[in-house]
Amino acid sequence: MKTKVIAMLLILCLVTVATLGAAGGQETQESGKMELTFFYPVMVGGPLTKLIDQIVADYEAENPNVTVNPVYTGNYDDTVVKIQTAIQGKNPPDFFINLATQRFSMASTGMAIPLDDFIAADGAEGKAYIEDFLPGFMEDSYVDGKIYSIPFQRSTMVMFYNKDAFKEVGLDPNKPPTTWAELVDYATKLTKRDSSGNVARYGVGLALNSGSAQWGFTGFALQNSVGGKNLMSEDGKKAIFDTPENVEALQFWLDLQNKYKVMQPGIVQWTDLPAQFLAGSVAMIYHTTGNLTNISKNANFEFGTAFLPGNKRLGAPTGGGNFYISAGISAERQKAAWDFIKFATTPERLAQWNIDTGYVAPRASSFETDLMKDYWARMPQARVAFDQIKYAKPELTTYEASRMWRILNDNIQSAVTGEATAAEAMRNAQAQADDVLKKYQ
Amino acid sequence: MKKMKRSVKTNLTAWALLAPSLLFLLTFTVFPIFRSLYLGFTRYQLGMPQPEFIGLENYADLFTSALFWKVMGNTVVFSLMTVIPSMVLGLALAVLVNRKLKGIGFLRTSFFYPVVMPMIAIASIWMFIYMADTGMLDQFLQTLGLKPANVLSYKETVKPAMAFMYVWKEAGYLMIFFLSGLQNISTEMYEAARIDGATGWTAFKKITLPLLGPTLLFVSTIALTNSVKLVDHIVIMTEGAPNNASTMLLFYIYQQGFAWFDQAKASALTVIMLAIMLVIAMLQFVKTDRKIHYN
Repeated sequence: MKTKVIAMLLILCLVTVATLGAAGGQETQESGKMELTFFYPVMVGGPLTKLIDQIVADYEAENPNVTVNPVYTGNYDDTVVKIQTAIQGKNPPDFFINLATQRFSMASTGMAIPLDDFIAADGAEGKAYIEDFLPGFMEDSYVDGKIYSIPFQRSTMVMFYNKDAFKEVGLDPNKPPTTWAELVDYATKLTKRDSSGNVARYGVGLALNSGSAQWGFTGFALQNSVGGKNLMSEDGKKAIFDTPENVEALQFWLDLQNKYKVMQPGIVQWTDLPAQFLAGSVAMIYHTTGNLTNISKNANFEFGTAFLPGNKRLGAPTGGGNFYISAGISAERQKAAWDFIKFATTPERLAQWNIDTGYVAPRASSFETDLMKDYWARMPQARVAFDQIKYAKPELTTYEASRMWRILNDNIQSAVTGEATAAEAMRNAQAQADDVLKKYQ
Repeated sequence: MKKMKRSVKTNLTAWALLAPSLLFLLTFTVFPIFRSLYLGFTRYQLGMPQPEFIGLENYADLFTSALFWKVMGNTVVFSLMTVIPSMVLGLALAVLVNRKLKGIGFLRTSFFYPVVMPMIAIASIWMFIYMADTGMLDQFLQTLGLKPANVLSYKETVKPAMAFMYVWKEAGYLMIFFLSGLQNISTEMYEAARIDGATGWTAFKKITLPLLGPTLLFVSTIALTNSVKLVDHIVIMTEGAPNNASTMLLFYIYQQGFAWFDQAKASALTVIMLAIMLVIAMLQFVKTDRKIHYN
């Protein structure tokens, strides 16, 4: 019964997409006006469809010959499914937003095209455009040296901390922890137990559910690794899990839970963590910059944001979605899509996008706009995300990235729930990852 | 001659009347089954324009994968945890509400209420109950002076926690079948039994249970296949965590197909699931057929 319902829904989507596409094609021929279809997912709260519609309306006002149809396509996974369905129906969207980490899949399956020719055609302007993107974001646009995507809705992880709790235990509220050792020290002071030994407030909180653990772990791995090496090779064909440094990073998580007892044992959900922070039951949390608006609206205490505490060095993961242009459409349409992407990623637009959504603007010049300066004056906590970007690197990205995430998540969880030691977990993760990636070697 | 013509005509009318539902059945049941059978023998991943035939490789991969067997184990354990308790509870509720009492309609409705709610909504509600530390369950435990359990976090507790929720939802559904079964049992039987001095438990054992035979068979088939087909609550509550301790067969299929875009593996798994369902249905009809009293 359920499968049938799902099948019917899928077919319904397919039909809708197909008719949308077909309608687009016809109109192009009749009126000579180009009609582009644009798939985009929404991954954070707030009226994002409205903001996207606004960008589209602004673009159409300046370019009367082009109509852009933005199509909301669910989450990132759903978006890939819909693009694939559309490709099989020979009606791909002209451009789309998808995870930066999907670029290897997008390139190897021929779903997206490299953008180097467009950039070269723009000459010096094109070069300056690309160079303006912050390296922590731009780094994960490359496949085999070619640029496959343009950063757009990007985020990074920061630490949110409860200043009132800091004052309560005699810590300076303007000096958040900067190293792992300080983190343990602060968290120990901030952990509050009641008379019967139950924890009323944990010092620190991290989300370890599937889909979140791998993101946080990237940060800790970067902070601890030799020379700031990431969890994968640059060509995306090798995952680097089983190193003594990564085992140490995982062991540090286990120690926070079991040895120092300053972090809630077991698995805390990504979506529960801000609620716990707001309820005062955890004093410092690792979370996305995208939560800044939520926290600043709902906190009934003074809060601060800070860099993720470093160990051998500072480090933080970036994540989020980029613009891609489809293969299998005419060069003329690809050119028009490129034009739209440039329009949507002007410094002012990205600054506005940053302010409206909580995503971090991926271009350096966005942060010199008056918009952003006013915003920082109103919300000084927003600045940390930008300052930290120079230490940030892309999250785990390989071929078959979502399967790779799952492998890392599963094995981190096996260590957290005591099924495996940190060393065993990393060894298993490595073996499973190698098995998946061997066909790309 | 004339007779044959008429039968053709009757047949045609019958076919015409059946056509709409047949069309749907073919499109949404028969075609997908055969398509899955075929795709199970191919390699068909993201971006591949055409599936490529590889024989039994998908099945060989699955049968040698530790994760596959873990998922199968989870599914069996979860079925064991839910089928019997929900049937017992369903039957108990049915017996309870199968009386002529004031306000029995209200009781029946409230027992049936969880069935009407979609699984997604139920899972979201129970997530608040099970939420680590701040959830209802953990708050309750802490009032009793116990440690918060964070049940969704641990491989020992995640399946029982989900099973408990599912039994709560499913019992009311099964109750309806039992209730209709109970109402088909003639009251004369109980009257005769009462004259013979058999009441309460004896009457239940000697009259109710045997006469509920067909209903029991039907309900157990439904309950068992339902428990294998569960997926919604896993997406909402755990995504299979921790370390796949709550990954069931259908969720694994969903992951393969829609998170990792491996349509061929997902199809092979679907075929395996279909085979399991067929075997369950067949076993139950063949094995239990003889023992059932039809009246």
